[in-house]
Amino acid sequence: AVVSTQSGHYGRGGMATLKDIEMRLKSVKNMKKITSSMKMVSAAKFARAERALKPARAYGTGAASLYEKNDFDTSGKDSVLLALSSDRGLCGGIHSNVGKMVKAAHAETPITKAIIVGDKAKAILVKVIGDTFLSCFNNVGKKPTSFTDALDIAEEVLSHDYDTINIVYSKFKNIVSYNTEEKPVPSLESVESNAAIYVYDEVDSEVLRCYQEFTLANIIYHSMKECEASEQSSRMSAMENATKNAGEKIDALTLQYNRTRQAVITRELIEIISGASALE
Amino acid sequence: SSGINAEWPLRPGTFPLTFGSPYNAVHDNALVKQVDLPSTTGHFGILPHHVPTIAILVPGTISITNEAGDVAKYFVSSGTATIHPDSSVQILAEEICAVADIDDGAVRAGLEAAQGKLSSASSEADKAAAQIEIEVYQSMISAA
Repeated sequence: AVVSTQSGHYGRGGMATLKDIEMRLKSVKNMKKITSSMKMVSAAKFARAERALKPARAYGTGAASLYEKNDFDTSGKDSVLLALSSDRGLCGGIHSNVGKMVKAAHAETPITKAIIVGDKAKAILVKVIGDTFLSCFNNVGKKPTSFTDALDIAEEVLSHDYDTINIVYSKFKNIVSYNTEEKPVPSLESVESNAAIYVYDEVDSEVLRCYQEFTLANIIYHSMKECEASEQSSRMSAMENATKNAGEKIDALTLQYNRTRQAVITRELIEIISGASALE
Repeated sequence: SSGINAEWPLRPGTFPLTFGSPYNAVHDNALVKQVDLPSTTGHFGILPHHVPTIAILVPGTISITNEAGDVAKYFVSSGTATIHPDSSVQILAEEICAVADIDDGAVRAGLEAAQGKLSSASSEADKAAAQIEIEVYQSMISAA
């Protein structure tokens, strides 16, 4: 009888290695259960986020219409970076892509002021632009973003002086893709100093100030909803891949386990047979 | 959908309206005939080719007349209204409620509670907040 001799599977008696494979199998099977359930949770959260994104998009696009239809200066030298991410990982490249875009922008024009939303972006960016952090927000990602969250962030942004805000966020494209984008929003001063605004009737300082504040909160809200949909769909993909990989690993380990088990039995048979023939 | 409703040039007497809250897009670039809204400078109406305007909403009733001529009424919290040179209109409010959905009992109870808050308020901020509540509830009563 030919005995398969895969190297590395013959420890002392081979039984110890069998145990090793058994333990690995158990742990990979557990991992598969976890990633599979995480995928289902993400799928549910994604469905909700995608539904909420629809009105948020109409709302945010409406809010930004003044800036879309008019050319306000957003090249301001005194700009604040607003990076939108969340506290939770295992969502593919979502957070690292925000980090990449910020780092690239920083290399072109050094960032002097930054407000970071989400612990993940904070961890990535603290080494690069940590000294520019005006404020950081966390507790993001566990529950869906509410308009109140956007109001809090807008309030913080507005408490500083600036020409432009650059919002870096993940814009949702479809269930398998998103784009990391930078969206500039002009400040009240930028808008007021541009003659284009006076095309609009009834524009006085107070009206414009209220309008800008509310519009900023609206744009931040919309951007956060885009991030939410992008993140949940990305996590769904990541967990789906992890589950599939775990499944393949389980198949490979099971094959290995069975071969090892058969090899061990064969060896024991040989020992018994040769022992018996030695007695004869 | 952003930008102009592509059908608009072919439907005179209408203009594209986006009217929504963060959670509810009532109209997304839909063609309507007229909108009446409450602003800080008073109640005003919007017809096609209205002069470009930027306005701040105050809590009150918005009436929207659709292409068919039906009028729908909504109660809104404050927010913003924009009329662009291209006649598109964006009305964004933090909260929107169809007037038909207003619960009169809840409003009257709320008004009483707010009046209580005003009489027991100590700081100027608390008094102002209670006063705003009272005005909003009274506005809701006259909307229904």
